[in-house]
Amino acid sequence: MNREWPLWEVFVRAKNGLAHRHVGSVHAADSRMAIEAARDTYTRRMEGISLWVVPSSAITASDPGESDALFAPAADKVYRHPTFYSIPEHIKNI
Amino acid sequence: MYTTELKDRNAKTTAVPAAPEDPERLAAFEARVAADDFIEPKDWMPEAYRRTLIRQISQHAHSEIVGMLPEGNWITRAPSLRRKAVLLAKVQDEGGHGLYLYAAAETLGTSRDEMIAALHSGRAKYSTIFNYPTLTWADIGAIGWLVDGAAIMNQVPLQRTSYGPYARAMVRICKEESFHQRQGYEIMMAMAGGGPAQKRMAQDALNRWWWPSLMMFGPPDDNSPNSAQSMRWRIKRDTNDQLRQKFVDVTVPQAEAIGLAVPDPALEWNEERGSYDFGEIDWEEFYAVVRGAGPVAKERMNARVQAWEDGAWVREAALAHEEKRSARMAAE
Repeated sequence: MNREWPLWEVFVRAKNGLAHRHVGSVHAADSRMAIEAARDTYTRRMEGISLWVVPSSAITASDPGESDALFAPAADKVYRHPTFYSIPEHIKNI
Repeated sequence: MYTTELKDRNAKTTAVPAAPEDPERLAAFEARVAADDFIEPKDWMPEAYRRTLIRQISQHAHSEIVGMLPEGNWITRAPSLRRKAVLLAKVQDEGGHGLYLYAAAETLGTSRDEMIAALHSGRAKYSTIFNYPTLTWADIGAIGWLVDGAAIMNQVPLQRTSYGPYARAMVRICKEESFHQRQGYEIMMAMAGGGPAQKRMAQDALNRWWWPSLMMFGPPDDNSPNSAQSMRWRIKRDTNDQLRQKFVDVTVPQAEAIGLAVPDPALEWNEERGSYDFGEIDWEEFYAVVRGAGPVAKERMNARVQAWEDGAWVREAALAHEEKRSARMAAE
């Protein structure tokens, strides 16, 4: 039997207080091996202090063909931004 | 929206941990927070720190969700399409903020269902401000200006709170809320600059929301037993009274600028302190509202419970659909 090791997505937390960020992926037989491979591949220069690995197959991505339907409606909601409201200059702290 | 950590003044506290904590770990933890390091979910933390955070973050989340009710009440009656779109966007934001915060609390080992159950049974508190009614359109202006203004005052320092997931949720929330206060002030500006009836309405809203807004910062420092501990653990970064003073100092000139009078005869600029002196807050009213005596407290909780119960079939149907789909895929 010659089965390829599954793919894992790797997330690194640079330091406490910051969220884990996606940095890439590794192949590994199980989660422990994926952590070790991720450690060797992505944190050799003090890039982080914590790792997450997630089976790539567990990630559901949005369909690029749907991106207009999903994201375009936000474009005309300018009133969600503070600059939409005009407050006279002399009124402070708002 | 926001609530300071609330506890029923008469509620008993059971602060004794089940097992004594390792003094070495405790000392290392204290040193980390004292050095402004962040604590993350998998880090060791004292049980009291975990419990305080679960209580504070879940109360904060409940305040976002219950806070949708007084404003949602005016969406269908907003005076123009523009005002309606804005109010809808704001209420939608509050719902999102509740979700960020519930998720942050879940990293501490509680569950969404447990938190909702605690809210519905009355065990969990939420900000007292939402137990006051929104009687006129000017109240929507007053809420954005004063209630969101007080919330922002509280929330900005929480972006540096010591628990990482809470701090990150606050960064997102503060960014999104920056329009909430401005849209409220814009409403007040329009009404204060309108006809005599509109101006009266704006003044009446300020009269009714001013004192409850000051109460949002929580009990005075000399009667806030949890404050010292929360400050030491950098959960809070300013005291209730410090934030309240800051709020009064920035808000009074904003009222004056649009010709409205803050309803406090004792309000006076204190040159020496560089701050406003202001009158005594009616703390008996505050504690009564914490206990559930607010004018619309029952109405608020009934609305929440009904929304939860009316939504039960949707939650069940989604799970049933997923089970059917997995069974079908397994059979293929």
